[in-house]
Amino acid sequence: MTPELIHRLHFAFTITFHYLFPQLTMGLALLIVVLKSVALRTGSEQWDRAARFWGRIFAINFVFGVVTGIPMEFEFGTNWARFSRLSGGVIGQPLAMEGVFSFFLESAFLGLFLYGEKRISKLMHWFSAVMVFVGSWISGFFIIVTDAWMQHPVAFDRLPNGQFQVLSFWQLMLNPWGLLQYAHNMTGAVVTGSFVMAAVGAFYLLENRRQAYGRIFLKVGVIAGLVSTILIIFPTGDMHGKYVARNQPVAMAGMEGLFKTEAGAGMVLMGQPNELTGQIDNPIVINDALSFLIYGTTKAEVKGLDQFPQDQWPTALPLLFYAYHIMAGLGTWFVLLMVVSAFLLWRKRLENTRLVLWALLLSFPLPYIANTAGWMTAELGRQPWLIYGLMRTSEGYSNTVSASNGLFTLLGFMGLYALMGLLFTVLIYREISSGPEPAVHAD
Amino acid sequence: MMGFIWFWLVAVMIVGYVVLDGFDLGVGVLHLFLVRTEAERKAALASIGPVWDGNEVWLLAGGGTLYFAFPLLYASAFSGFYLPLMIVLWLLILRGISLELRNHVEVGVWRALLDGVFGLASVLLTIFFGAALANVLRGVPLQADGYFFLPLWTNWQPGVQPGILDWYTVIGGLVALVALTLHGALWLTIKVSGDLAQRARRIVTPLWLVLAALTVVSLVATIAVRPASLYNYFNYPFTFVVPAGVIASLAGIWLLNRKAQPVKAFLCSCLYLFFMLAGACWGLYPTLLPATTGADRNITLQNAISGPHTLAVGLVWWSFGMALAACYIVFVYSKFRGKVDLSSAGH
Repeated sequence: MTPELIHRLHFAFTITFHYLFPQLTMGLALLIVVLKSVALRTGSEQWDRAARFWGRIFAINFVFGVVTGIPMEFEFGTNWARFSRLSGGVIGQPLAMEGVFSFFLESAFLGLFLYGEKRISKLMHWFSAVMVFVGSWISGFFIIVTDAWMQHPVAFDRLPNGQFQVLSFWQLMLNPWGLLQYAHNMTGAVVTGSFVMAAVGAFYLLENRRQAYGRIFLKVGVIAGLVSTILIIFPTGDMHGKYVARNQPVAMAGMEGLFKTEAGAGMVLMGQPNELTGQIDNPIVINDALSFLIYGTTKAEVKGLDQFPQDQWPTALPLLFYAYHIMAGLGTWFVLLMVVSAFLLWRKRLENTRLVLWALLLSFPLPYIANTAGWMTAELGRQPWLIYGLMRTSEGYSNTVSASNGLFTLLGFMGLYALMGLLFTVLIYREISSGPEPAVHAD
Repeated sequence: MMGFIWFWLVAVMIVGYVVLDGFDLGVGVLHLFLVRTEAERKAALASIGPVWDGNEVWLLAGGGTLYFAFPLLYASAFSGFYLPLMIVLWLLILRGISLELRNHVEVGVWRALLDGVFGLASVLLTIFFGAALANVLRGVPLQADGYFFLPLWTNWQPGVQPGILDWYTVIGGLVALVALTLHGALWLTIKVSGDLAQRARRIVTPLWLVLAALTVVSLVATIAVRPASLYNYFNYPFTFVVPAGVIASLAGIWLLNRKAQPVKAFLCSCLYLFFMLAGACWGLYPTLLPATTGADRNITLQNAISGPHTLAVGLVWWSFGMALAACYIVFVYSKFRGKVDLSSAGH
């Protein structure tokens, strides 16, 4: 039990739990704007009620996101002091900007959206929904900028005391890694939002209750789901993957489990990386596919792990491989499901095709898994570096916080979050059970 | 110059946090014993419902600003105060969850539990925040490498190797508890009506007496624990206007509350918090975190500040962003101004 491992787990656990909530709120914020826009254009009370219903789901998720988000900012200082001391001048900037530009906006307009509907005009209420959406997407941007600089440090130099300093504000903000990651990540949030909305719609239709709302949710969820599941693979996933292959070739080799450099490298669909023998056990391979996906030609050479000294290999190779393959595999399932659902929706047969409704209902946890696995791919791929090529993870954690102090608070968070997870499930269950009609809702 | 500006910008964020989140923490403390019916509790909590989350943003934005402008201070203080900060995080989590979710469960044991958690977390947070500030004023045992690690308590004496809690920092915690409870009582006087507003107004008197006494005690104690706090005041005697402001705003709270002018009394309470914090910051300047292990180990503006280019650019976006934020904040508070009307509370 080394302090490094404990501090990594501490951050990894708290951020993984945290990101379950923002990925829904960021996706849902967009869909609520859609619901509110239709309500505003058509004057339909039903769409307004649908928006209010998702507003309540949003509110619960938002609170959980806020309270689990505060520890993330603190942990830079508490658990990663040596990293913060040197990099605060760079990544402190987007983190401070997130508070200043996004959280004030988001919290102010969310207050209006949830509590102020009777105090403001319909147009103003719609505008509040738009501002909540804008605020949450700005917030995502600054977090990605922070991570992108750690993945792909740009526009910096070092002061005499070792601190990193930003040389160009705009290059930091427009880091190409960040822009690609932002597009990919936000699309992922929309995938989560649309799967959740479609699942609740499918649930109502399968239960033969509130069919009118079920149809609305299904329609919005499936259309948004179709667009976002395609965008997440092409172009955002494709471009991001190519960029990783060029700028972090060792991470790509780890993701793909490519131990040996090959011209015409194959893509492993399934298998288990064996670090001892340096090969994939029981692989299922598509020949030449990896070379083609990265370089557009089947004959291109792809660098394997053998091109890099072993102390630069990603430290958790099998985990990285599984995370990446789970993300990619689920992404394929998402497109299949949404294409079929959208086709049936267009033919007006979706609400009677119970098998597909069941598939939509049961698939709602999968985007959470895919988004989590995607983040694990990015962060495990960066190891052993904290700032890629510049600072190792072993150089960044707080020296003064011992492993067992770290373990103590990690266990504390685990207990607290387990309790909160239960509470969250009960609350969401109740909201979905009581539905969008106001009379049914307790107070 | 950049150091001077950013020192005070961080101070502005801290004052903004204490003045705004202060009243909702105070309402959290008060609702434990001041309200008598569910309707009153609903009114008290509805008075902070739409704004508490925005108020808490000041803590996050302030933390980010501190991280960005003084990375060494952020790294050293946050890792050194590791255990109490984790407790603060847990309390913030419990407080936010219990406040937001009480309306999602039926009246009864579950709601009473959430209300109790909300109140207790509010009490403990005010004490922790006050004690945290007192820890910074007293100083910490900084090592030569700029780090330290404090236990929760040692012998309760503010010596070379103190704990988070000693007699001095406990006084700081009590000042914060009483000051913010009073602040919350004045907020309730403005925002709710009927019997509850009367009770909130009446409780100001005993709270004020305790606060006045604690203010004097904490001032004397601060000078005793860290005599260097007076250095700036004697060098620039006009800055004695700050402690004078503390006294004037305290007097203002008393007089205006008696005259039943709750808005003005509340503004005096804001001023009181402002002068107390500004006075503490000025007592520190240009030190950011004093070392009990010798002044040469102090974390100061000079050794903690970020690069000059970073800070120059930061000044542009910070001013722009906070001006925007001020617009939303004014807009939201104006939309929710006046007494709480439970019939229009949504959600």
